Amino acid sequence: MSKHHVTTTINGEAVEFLCETQETLLDVLRNTLNLTGSKEGCASGDCGACSVIADGTLVCSCLMLGVEAEGRSITTVEGIADGEKLHPIQQKFLEHAALQCGFCTPGFIVAAKALLDANPNPTEEEARYWLAGNLCRCTGYDKIIRAVMDAAAELRGEARAA
Amino acid sequence: MPSLNYAAPTSVQEAIALLAGAAGLAKPMSGGTDLLVQLRSGRLKPDLIVDTKHIPGMIGIREESGGFVIGAATSGATLEAHAGLKAAWPGVVEAMDLIGSEQIQGRASLAGNLCNASPAADSVPAMIAAGAVAVIVGPKGERTAPVESIVVSPGRTSLARDEFILAIRLPARPAHSGDAYLRFIPRTEMDIAVVGCGVSVTLDAQGVCTAARVALGAVAPTPLLVADAGAALVGHTLDDATLAKLDAAARAACKPISDKRGTIEYRTKVAGVLARRTAAIAFERAKGGVVKGH
Amino acid sequence: MNYIVPQSELKIVGTSPVRPDGVDKVTGRATFGADMALAGMIWGKVKRSPHAHARIVSIDTSKAMALAGVKAVVTAADFPEIPNEEAFVGEGPMNFRDLSRNCMARDKALYEGHAVAAVAASTQAIAEQAVDLIEVTYEVLPHVIDVEAAMAPDAPVLHPDMFTAGIEPKPTRPSNIAKRVSFAKGDVDAGFAEAEVIVEGRYTTQPVHQAYIEPHACVAQVATDGQAQIYSSTQGQFMVRAYSAKILGWEIANLRSFPLEIGGGFGGKTVVYLEPLALKLAQKSGRPVKMMMTREDVFRASGPTSGAVIEVKIGAKRDGAIVAAREVLKYQAGAFAGSPIGPGCMCGLAMYDIPNVDVVGYDVVSNRPKVAAYRAPGAPITSFAVESAMDDLARKLAIDPLALREMNGVRDGSKTHYGVTHKDIGFLPVLEAARNHPHWKAPLKPGQGRGVACGFWFNIGGESSGAVHVNEDGSVSVVSGNPDIGGSRASMAMMAAEVLGIPVEQVRPIVGDTASIGFSFLTGGSRVTFATGMAVTQAAERVVEQLKTRAAQIWEIPAEAVEWKDGKAWPAGLNAGAFEPLSLAQIALKAGRTGGPISSEVSLNAQGAGAGFGCHICDVEVDAETGQVKILRYTAVQDVGKAIHRAYVEGQIQGGAAQGIGWALNEEYIYDTKGRMENAGFLDYRVPVASDLPLIEAVIVEVPNPRHPFGVRGVGEVPIVPPMAAVANAIRSATGLRMPDLPMSPPKICAALDAAAGAKAA
Repeated sequence: MSKHHVTTTINGEAVEFLCETQETLLDVLRNTLNLTGSKEGCASGDCGACSVIADGTLVCSCLMLGVEAEGRSITTVEGIADGEKLHPIQQKFLEHAALQCGFCTPGFIVAAKALLDANPNPTEEEARYWLAGNLCRCTGYDKIIRAVMDAAAELRGEARAA
Repeated sequence: MPSLNYAAPTSVQEAIALLAGAAGLAKPMSGGTDLLVQLRSGRLKPDLIVDTKHIPGMIGIREESGGFVIGAATSGATLEAHAGLKAAWPGVVEAMDLIGSEQIQGRASLAGNLCNASPAADSVPAMIAAGAVAVIVGPKGERTAPVESIVVSPGRTSLARDEFILAIRLPARPAHSGDAYLRFIPRTEMDIAVVGCGVSVTLDAQGVCTAARVALGAVAPTPLLVADAGAALVGHTLDDATLAKLDAAARAACKPISDKRGTIEYRTKVAGVLARRTAAIAFERAKGGVVKGH
Repeated sequence: MNYIVPQSELKIVGTSPVRPDGVDKVTGRATFGADMALAGMIWGKVKRSPHAHARIVSIDTSKAMALAGVKAVVTAADFPEIPNEEAFVGEGPMNFRDLSRNCMARDKALYEGHAVAAVAASTQAIAEQAVDLIEVTYEVLPHVIDVEAAMAPDAPVLHPDMFTAGIEPKPTRPSNIAKRVSFAKGDVDAGFAEAEVIVEGRYTTQPVHQAYIEPHACVAQVATDGQAQIYSSTQGQFMVRAYSAKILGWEIANLRSFPLEIGGGFGGKTVVYLEPLALKLAQKSGRPVKMMMTREDVFRASGPTSGAVIEVKIGAKRDGAIVAAREVLKYQAGAFAGSPIGPGCMCGLAMYDIPNVDVVGYDVVSNRPKVAAYRAPGAPITSFAVESAMDDLARKLAIDPLALREMNGVRDGSKTHYGVTHKDIGFLPVLEAARNHPHWKAPLKPGQGRGVACGFWFNIGGESSGAVHVNEDGSVSVVSGNPDIGGSRASMAMMAAEVLGIPVEQVRPIVGDTASIGFSFLTGGSRVTFATGMAVTQAAERVVEQLKTRAAQIWEIPAEAVEWKDGKAWPAGLNAGAFEPLSLAQIALKAGRTGGPISSEVSLNAQGAGAGFGCHICDVEVDAETGQVKILRYTAVQDVGKAIHRAYVEGQIQGGAAQGIGWALNEEYIYDTKGRMENAGFLDYRVPVASDLPLIEAVIVEVPNPRHPFGVRGVGEVPIVPPMAAVANAIRSATGLRMPDLPMSPPKICAALDAAAGAKAA
């Protein structure tokens, strides 16, 4: 079978690419489109480092075929900031020192964005369960959770939490 | 180099023709959260993937004669967001919600979880307890089968190679009914069930159980409908003696293996514990209580 | 100079500015190992042994080579034989013959996942197919996994030339015991004879993986003249250069090693696995070669730290004074010698002043992946045993467990059983901070329990280089030779900015490749902020001297008459007030006319690393029916000397504690009867997820290390030492059960609860 020709939208831009059936969306993002912000930590949906938002739904790009992107709208970590202006979640990750090595960070940023889009006022417990599919080995999650809660407060227009 | 083909049919007939006509192994795919892992690991080497998500009816939830028809590829996230379904069948929705992460929830489906045919699938005991029925399509047309008849052994289903599930039907709820699902895992998230338990009950106005279905996962080669455990509940409230009988019936039904996720002894013990705890939630819900399941 | 001053006198050090590499990491721009790409690049893939122990009879690569798209295949035959000799690198011994054979099996495959060949092909799919086409004929041999089984006289022997070192006379038969080590102080038998209360126990721990989220990855390129570049995710670019050159038999100067961003290491990226193979494939194919491990490869063929059996016995007087301690430790090293048995023998009892001590340790090989360093290598294992025993001792004596530690804890002048005398340490202040923390006194509900445990790590210094360059516009570049694994760019920039008296945003820190900065030993041993920080501080001081000299030239006054304050040169003494002060930027602008570029590079061998101590308090609740443990509250107190970047110091402590909690509760390797790992993935190798943990409070104690300009001690390793015992002691408090075997997983706790209930009933 020849390669699939896929037309899709990535971070708001129309994109076309060719892929084999077995190539995952993550493979395509990283190897074909040079969008290497999405990371491969496990390739089995267990670590969340490849998280992207597909038509508003948080998914692991390692568990979606590239060909399935046809006609859909994908947001990757590269599309979270508004040009040079960081998204409040990104800003809070910096302010709270919520990253150490930074490898899991793109996945967390994308997953946190999906969380706050769906639930602008999560409890700490809700945030922890929502983010349970994103593994971080460096931080013990403490500062990540604080950053997400603080970003939620800022997005709600409240004064700085914590 | 052997190449893997992909097709995204837009009708049931087209999908059946693809499955029936494939030269080698053809696999229907809805969310793909199991299929892609098996593909990557080399455990599964299909020649054709049939993406069923573009077939009308495969995605979405509709109410029908008091019950629900859930398209086979409807994601867990969609179930979770459906207030009516959640109110009627909180146990089924919770069981689905327990599968993997939020990311998995964005893709995984009840029918996919069922067809993966894992003894430890979370949603399957909940569906069995609920009396759910699978709507199956194939060359001979449409047929229905109770969920408990689908999985025949680890990794194998009773579906023919040219059949696939179109929808899952959940029945209408009598008054004073409630369901629940609990599983035991070592962590709080992201694990495969060591034991899973689904319970669905209907009570009379006095709180005495008039109907009950209890199902267990991960304690036998397939998810089990445990008739004795259901029978232990019927005619009773959840008093200590009933709970003890339920616990014993659940344990007696277990035919587990010892593996990396649990031992025979541990699984058997926890099956009894979970049966009691799950029944307690189902009874509370049947009485009208709002109970957080997990 | 010395900047050990009250915080109020510091402008930058001790605060928490946004890290300089932060924006790249929250936007996905940072380049990690697998993100690197070169023009014309092809893909390398390793063929691994499916057997735990097998003789390699033959390898036929002809079918793989014949496959279209395959550019090169390598086996052990492509690498030189290296003699069996031990070199000493940084923290411990390194046997390059073993390292070479770990990268590529020669004669025998010693564990499931051991590399036996590698291919490079134009696509990943072709490389995978080629791996399958390589035909290896094995003679499967009996294998051994468990450490004590490997020590048995009839155990299958991995290395026929392994005769236990440290035993006189030399054994006549080979065995899997690589060496025996021992330490003694006083007369331990007399000590136990004097003891009024004795506790003893036998503890076991499982190997645990560092479980960094980024799998190993690298890209290699070799020109026909032998000039080579290697880009990799590593804890040490100089280590990659040295180890790869040694394994390939190349000259170090021909190999330039570029550190990419590293997605976690925790000790696990202090050795090479893929790099020599990628370089060889690149040389043979004439193309740049990229190699990445899968997560399964990471579990099967890299890391972990040792599993162990530890016997401990402690004797005390009724008043709590410990008079004797004995420890026997058996550490599993994996397929090649080199477990952290030495630190294991030292660290457990290093925290207590005990007159009579006897410790014996064994380094044991078995058919598992060779262990790699993991945060405070060896210390968490021994401390799980010793700190559990200390808890038992406190109970038996009916003394508060913190009081027992305060009574026996080491202080300045305490001599350890391994010969070192503690100096400028902060153990007692750590214990005091723990005692005064509200957590220690908070009430517990029925069914809940609280545990406390302590931890020690030496921390190291060593060879480091740091350079400070003043740019033409007055901005400053700081170059170091250590990969930034958890915020060290921030701490380097902060120390330089503090010395220079300029805003930290004006300083841009980078991590240099091996041709851009002087030699630096790898990032490990909690050494970077201490040793590399010392080099950067000294380089900044030299730059200040140059800046003063340049100002003096501009003013035409003697250099001694210039002061440096707040980032400016000020005329001082007789000339005070005579000239307007000159800022760093003003001086930089005129550098060309006052003697050229202003910059300094310092290379040093930092001595005097300050030992670190921690004390953790943990509250748990145990589900009596399922044995599941919930961590309710966790507080980690640690002496860090001086926190340069407070938030990242807290982060190190929190992260170490979280890893220790995983080690305590659920992480383990599960093998089938053929010696194959059954849980080589994040699904069943269970690291803690966000919902497993509470907020972890890090309490920073600062007892300055006088041998560092800012008082720094290493931070990153101590926090993984106490958690296993802290959790075990909390479970003991909640349930009455002493859990001596890790992990304390639900089935184990459930079985222990049932056994205890059965014993009570009977």
